[in-house]
Amino acid sequence: MQKMLSHGVVAENNWTVLEQPIEAIPAGDILVPLSYWLEHRAELSQQTALVGVWLDSDEEVEVLENDLSQLPVVALNFPKFVDGRGFSSARLLRDRYDYQGEIRAIGNVIQDQLFMLQRCGFTQFSLAPEVDLQAAAKSLSDFSEGYQTAADQAQPLFKRLR
Amino acid sequence: MYIYDQYDQKLVDERVEQYRDQTQRYLDGKISEEEFLPLRLQNGLYVQRLAPMLRVAVPYGLMSSTQLRKMAEISRKFDKGYVHFTTRQNIQLNWPLLEEVPDILAELASVQMHAIQTSGNCIRNTTTDQFAGVAADEIEDPRPWCEIIRQWSTIHPEFAFLPRKFKIAVCGSEEDRAAFLLHDIGLQLVTNEQGETGFHVYVGGGLGRTPVIASSIKPFLPKQHLLTYLDAVLRVYNRYGNRNNKYKARIKILVKAWTPEVFAARVETEWAQILARDVDAAAQLTVNEIDRVKTFFPLPDYLALDEAAVNSALQAQAVDNLAFSRWLERNVRDQKQPGYSAVTLSLKPAGVAPGDVTDRQLESIANLADQFSNGELRSTHNQNIVIADVLKSQLFELWQLAKAEGLATPTIGTINDMICCPGGDYCSLANAKSIPVAEAIQRKFEDLDYVYDLGDLELNISGCMNACGHHHIGHIGILGVDKKGAEWYQIQLGGSANKNAALAKVLGPSLSRDDVVDGIEKLLDVYVENRLEGEAFLATYQRIGMDKFKERVYAKDA
Repeated sequence: MQKMLSHGVVAENNWTVLEQPIEAIPAGDILVPLSYWLEHRAELSQQTALVGVWLDSDEEVEVLENDLSQLPVVALNFPKFVDGRGFSSARLLRDRYDYQGEIRAIGNVIQDQLFMLQRCGFTQFSLAPEVDLQAAAKSLSDFSEGYQTAADQAQPLFKRLR
Repeated sequence: MYIYDQYDQKLVDERVEQYRDQTQRYLDGKISEEEFLPLRLQNGLYVQRLAPMLRVAVPYGLMSSTQLRKMAEISRKFDKGYVHFTTRQNIQLNWPLLEEVPDILAELASVQMHAIQTSGNCIRNTTTDQFAGVAADEIEDPRPWCEIIRQWSTIHPEFAFLPRKFKIAVCGSEEDRAAFLLHDIGLQLVTNEQGETGFHVYVGGGLGRTPVIASSIKPFLPKQHLLTYLDAVLRVYNRYGNRNNKYKARIKILVKAWTPEVFAARVETEWAQILARDVDAAAQLTVNEIDRVKTFFPLPDYLALDEAAVNSALQAQAVDNLAFSRWLERNVRDQKQPGYSAVTLSLKPAGVAPGDVTDRQLESIANLADQFSNGELRSTHNQNIVIADVLKSQLFELWQLAKAEGLATPTIGTINDMICCPGGDYCSLANAKSIPVAEAIQRKFEDLDYVYDLGDLELNISGCMNACGHHHIGHIGILGVDKKGAEWYQIQLGGSANKNAALAKVLGPSLSRDDVVDGIEKLLDVYVENRLEGEAFLATYQRIGMDKFKERVYAKDA
């Protein structure tokens, strides 16, 4: 079974990430593409297994505003790890829409981004299969403080500590 | 200058350890070349034509003598005993070993320096006026604001993987010495009718392949909103900047595509959302924090001096000493405080790559700053070093010491004070060499009387269209181009980096290396023949236009 990092620890990842075209819905928990969700959300909400949505880096989280309360997971795909749009998407989900579910990074995400991704509101990380997740997890705490406000901290450092 | 507290120090220390681990994993083959690239770039490390190059941050150009001595030590221990000052006020080491970079970074951290975000597609070092705090035309000292921006931008969690690099400059004076309209964001300190400080915000300026002058998007941003507004601008850019083509990825392209009005509206919407969410104004700057940072930039306790008496004493020293009087004229600038001067140490003697200094010179500069000022130094975007707050009565002594170290070339602001990128001698991007062209020009115009007669003249040389040598904003710009494997040089005229910023226009077909200096001489002849009394090169060009220059340079020899 595939693994991921979830809230700082190695966890089972039994979610299936579906890609278009989708002919049939498999059993188990699924992440569907945004376009599929928008078209089929009524029937998907009848599913007994968990259903989350994944967005590509050029898709805007704004369209999910009214659906967020029914989504346990929103996954943000990184087609390339240097494509930083997902960082802003996560912050909008947390800061603007108060999204309380899991935000999962999928695609080409690397260990060295974990600290920043976490600060932007990501809670789960699906890294490349060959990555030693236990070892990678230490990058979540590469820094003990950040100067800025972010999804994990509404107060800038200067207000908290100076 | 700003002194780190435990949080600042811990962050740079943790950054060193993070990068040490990344370097080790790279050397162990656990990080691919592709993945390591942005990691090393965001720690200042390029891999260049001959060796790696490490760019050390000099936040807004301000350094202490202790830091300069550390740079001298590092250049001896890890490099070839010299460093290079860049057009972004930073310092480059040209020959460090990739394996040793973590140790270099640890040495830097020991004197509150770092190389964080000096390269890569992230927010770079914020730059400002080298005469900040002492300029007579200053509205407000921009350095505390630069420091606030430095902290906000350092390891900003949302903006480390932008479409392209991102540069911010702050201008606090009437005259612009920071080229702030040629930055991704240019912030001009302004005061509103109520006497409150704020920023006039410009976006989308830049040099490179597509030079653009920044557009105004917000005439008055109240100071407490600086960081929330920057967050909004960066978020809009991070989400909508072009990521498919690196040559169209700078914010200037987005601003142009959307128009400045639409871009401003998008930012305003984003900003309103950020503020609406920030219920307790938690993210806003406080008076406490602004004042805390300002306390790090105090003015020294100036003596009450009689400017006229001091000046006449100085004149008496200069009257019999042509070399000293030349230096006073070009390299020394009055401050707003009577009896004090800001001195520019020239890093442009002929025969040395512009901006290069040896370890010994670094130590001498540090000593001069300790002896004649408060131990602080400022690097300039023209690749020189400024020592401010020098008593005019001590200028002669300073000049003698600086001269002995080769730091008193009296050509600041003249044709021989050119801005020049490292070019084809070092840089793997360059199409042509730039340093030998600079030297050939300096050798050609060795007659100082002639150089002074030419007066204020900015000559900028870039070895390729990436424009590190700012050729677009030189009164005379020289751009290295590659023609079938040979080095050619395109000449441009009429650029300017001041508040009436202008981009230079191409003179005509590019010249071979052998013809460049002759071409420049012909341009100068046209200027001298056509200028009005007291008219500088740029003004003459603006008045008479391109044609006369063009005719002369391309005239067939009779």
